Amino acid sequence: MKLLTHNMLTSNIIKGVKNGYPLKISASDVQLIDVDFNPEFITRMIPKINWKVLHEAAQSLGHANDLPAELNAEYEADQEFLKKTHHVLLEVEVQEGDLICPETERKFPISHGIPNMLLKEEEI
Amino acid sequence: MARIKLKQLEIELESVSVFEEPNILLEQYPTTPHIAARMLHTIQSRFHDIDGRTVADLGVGCGVLSIGASLLGCGHCVGIDCDADALDQTRENLEELEVENVDLIQVDLSNPELSPLMESSVDNPPFGTKRSKGIDVVFVQHALKMSRRSVYSLHKSSTRQHFIKKAAEWGVDIEVVAQLRFDLAKTFKCHKQKSVDIEVDLIRFSHRKKIAAKAKKAAPKSSQISSASEPGPSS
Repeated sequence: MKLLTHNMLTSNIIKGVKNGYPLKISASDVQLIDVDFNPEFITRMIPKINWKVLHEAAQSLGHANDLPAELNAEYEADQEFLKKTHHVLLEVEVQEGDLICPETERKFPISHGIPNMLLKEEEI
Repeated sequence: MARIKLKQLEIELESVSVFEEPNILLEQYPTTPHIAARMLHTIQSRFHDIDGRTVADLGVGCGVLSIGASLLGCGHCVGIDCDADALDQTRENLEELEVENVDLIQVDLSNPELSPLMESSVDNPPFGTKRSKGIDVVFVQHALKMSRRSVYSLHKSSTRQHFIKKAAEWGVDIEVVAQLRFDLAKTFKCHKQKSVDIEVDLIRFSHRKKIAAKAKKAAPKSSQISSASEPGPSS
């Protein structure tokens, strides 16, 4: 699971959960992979993602490096910044661990990089 | 980006391994490389909805559409399925073909929890003949909720009128992009003939620009997070 995917996941499908966002990550295995850098794509994604959530997720995994906590208004021209963003969005992958609902502490296990978000009948 | 020709795309997709034991209740008919390549190539060349876009694949199966979207240069793809075996097969295929920009999530489609950060959705949903009638409509509804632009989906041509009516109800545009012949080579034991040709529509559902904001408001839970104390991804 990449942090771009994490940025859009919520647990608000659980009965009684209001926002369920952002999910906490508890990772026991994080891998770094190489993904082709597409600056146009990253530039287009930045205003769409929740930056704070991305930054906190990267930080909790120990991979925020020197990614700024706040978005600089002139990021489009900043290649270094776009590369760093590309790295945390697409190259940091949680292989094993849990996603945790911020309201109920319900854990969704991540195995081989795939979060299992199936619910039991009584949770729906 | 990784723009490849139709023929090359089909050849690449032929190396995607399909289900060893398809689950009949989930209607796991694999999307053939021939159909997948044509579907994706049309989506890209006519509508530019893959290259550089975020793409969702609902009912990922063995991943042929996700892998094809990746080969056509999508920025990020999320494949969703409820079936662990299908996801394992897809994961193996992704590793085998060194596809690095597809994420997989195991979730039941009646409970999507993706916020609308995806732009396109390319789906080969169950036709809704086995497990539960109407699952094809549910797939499209959820795909529309999590995609900001368009949903491309394969449906039996016999259901076309039904989807035209549904699209009007939902306030989205609908276009039958192509009609294809689906050769359901004897996938399951219950198929009596050796292979059955059925007519399938490639349908494009797209959000109307003005109504998009309204539709978002009406969409349940998953898009409400933007008004919450912990804001979700802005849309």
